[in-house]
Amino acid sequence: MSHLNADIRERAKELVSLYPQPRSALIPLCHLAQEQDGWLRPEAVEEIAELCGVTAAEVRGTATFYDMLHTEPVGTYVVSLCTNIACMLGGALELLEHAEASLGVRAGGTTVDGVFTLEESECLADCDRTPCVQVNHRYMGAQTPESFDALVGDLRSGALSGTVPPHGTLVRVRRSVGLVADRSAIVEERATASEAQAARAAAAGGGKKA
Amino acid sequence: MAITDAPKIITSRLGYDDSYTLERYLATGGYAGLRKALSMTPEAVAAEVDAASLLGRGGAGFPAGRKWSMLRKNPLTYLVINGDESEPATFKDHMLIEGDPHQILEGVLISAYALQVSQAFIYLRGEFALGLERLQTALNEAYAHGAVGTDIFGSGFSLDVVVHPGAGAYICGEETALLESLEGKRGFPRIKPPYFPAAIGLYGEPTVVNNVETMANIPWIINNGAAAFAALGAGRSTGTRLFALAGHVRKPGNYELEMVKTTFRDLIYAPVLGGGIRGSNTLKAFIPGGVSAPWFGPDQVDLPLGQDEVGDAGSMLGSGSVVVMDSDTCMVRAAWRITKFFSRESCGQCTPCREGSGWLERIMYRIENGAGREEDLDLLMDLCDNISPGVAWPPQQTTICVLGPSIPSSIASGIRMFRDEYLVHVKEGGCPFD
Repeated sequence: MSHLNADIRERAKELVSLYPQPRSALIPLCHLAQEQDGWLRPEAVEEIAELCGVTAAEVRGTATFYDMLHTEPVGTYVVSLCTNIACMLGGALELLEHAEASLGVRAGGTTVDGVFTLEESECLADCDRTPCVQVNHRYMGAQTPESFDALVGDLRSGALSGTVPPHGTLVRVRRSVGLVADRSAIVEERATASEAQAARAAAAGGGKKA
Repeated sequence: MAITDAPKIITSRLGYDDSYTLERYLATGGYAGLRKALSMTPEAVAAEVDAASLLGRGGAGFPAGRKWSMLRKNPLTYLVINGDESEPATFKDHMLIEGDPHQILEGVLISAYALQVSQAFIYLRGEFALGLERLQTALNEAYAHGAVGTDIFGSGFSLDVVVHPGAGAYICGEETALLESLEGKRGFPRIKPPYFPAAIGLYGEPTVVNNVETMANIPWIINNGAAAFAALGAGRSTGTRLFALAGHVRKPGNYELEMVKTTFRDLIYAPVLGGGIRGSNTLKAFIPGGVSAPWFGPDQVDLPLGQDEVGDAGSMLGSGSVVVMDSDTCMVRAAWRITKFFSRESCGQCTPCREGSGWLERIMYRIENGAGREEDLDLLMDLCDNISPGVAWPPQQTTICVLGPSIPSSIASGIRMFRDEYLVHVKEGGCPFD
């Protein structure tokens, strides 16, 4: 019995087929499982293991290394507030203090209604708009305490549901084709090219000697 | 010559609202470089890039052409693009990926042809949701356009490109950690030697890893020739480079500037660039190339933006990010936050880095918060010395990768340049800037 729904499982198989070794699809598959469930459920971990040909322990081992993969439930909206150097210089520590008070949770926590998880994050690479905030990894631009509260209000009211999908949905653009270049054809093509290259090198080398 | 006279090699399309579409790309000369490259021999394309002396734009600044020449000929070779931009205050690749994804793809395709690799992977930082969507859309368009896939533009060259999302880990910007991550594992840097993935890379096969910005330069080099590229800049630093300016300047942002011909002063103060320090404050210190780099003070502001020039002065141009701190900035707090970052992002394999970064962070925290002791300054330097013996630049290494030796930079710079400020924290039992 599959835990991943039919569409997600189909997309997972497509992803596995893109790599010379199935294990390479492990992280993309974790993102897919989070798209379905919001976090990495143990059942999903088992299924990813099966799809990638590894053990569930190996999936957990990888998943627990990465900040974006959650092995415990998170809110519908994961609010990542960067406090690294550029944002700190732009007032991020003060904004974090405000956000904690405003949402009623400390960094790392989830609101009791399960809507928001607040994260103190490292640099999110948007350093000309500080302090930088992402919601479910969508950039929200520089924030002030006032705009932060407005942002939280918009998320709660659903005003941003078009731009910010629920947590877990990372890439909404699906790859249009699988691998189109046949592996055996590639090997053949490269061997021919390599021979031609060797011949050109030999010709050039011969020219120099003469 | 005015500082903005150099051609825009990698940011020429960013002014358009639709800069990321295939339509705009084709209307502005897109994929002409790929067509031209495919009409040349692969070794001629590689020679052109080598002659341009393009230094890798990721942070280490290794010549791209020399990296390419190390690739052993083997039917199974891979090209992997590093788009895991995570160095604090660096946001140039983010802009290039969202703003002009086709330019990166074209660079990848030309490079793949020159290297005759069997498959290319573009590893993007997971937090770049929009970038991942833009790049995947561009890749779908490029497949439909015949620029990727089987028999590209009728040349007989075939290649598949895969866009791969990371999942949030600074260390995956280290190329061997990136390869581990791409293999579905924890992002643990690999033990060296071999120093280069060209020997043992993805799945143990020969692999070249190049940065996103490096790729973005390739189409221009092929279109305009290596000589035109090498004519820009000076010495080993050729072409232009994207400088990410952040912190206490009026106009933070990414600026494409000719290498060496501009100085930190131009970047920070020129009205068309940074526009000067915010408010009526003055410059206190700046970080010249990402938080791994030792800091500079106002007396070094006239150094040119060149790899060797900054290197000779005791720091590095690194990732091209410049962080400006004004006179109201607490140097202890700044160094504490950077140290906290390294402590969080240490992968945990090597004891000096894993334990050292945590100890340093806690000592910095207690100094900033009024519980510091005078002997803490020596203790900090002793810990730094255990991570990177001598605490010199370029740094010695006791760890598998260069994350460890990057940790002491901010603390050692702070103590060297602002010892009195550290001592005031200790004597007054708190931060004088609070």
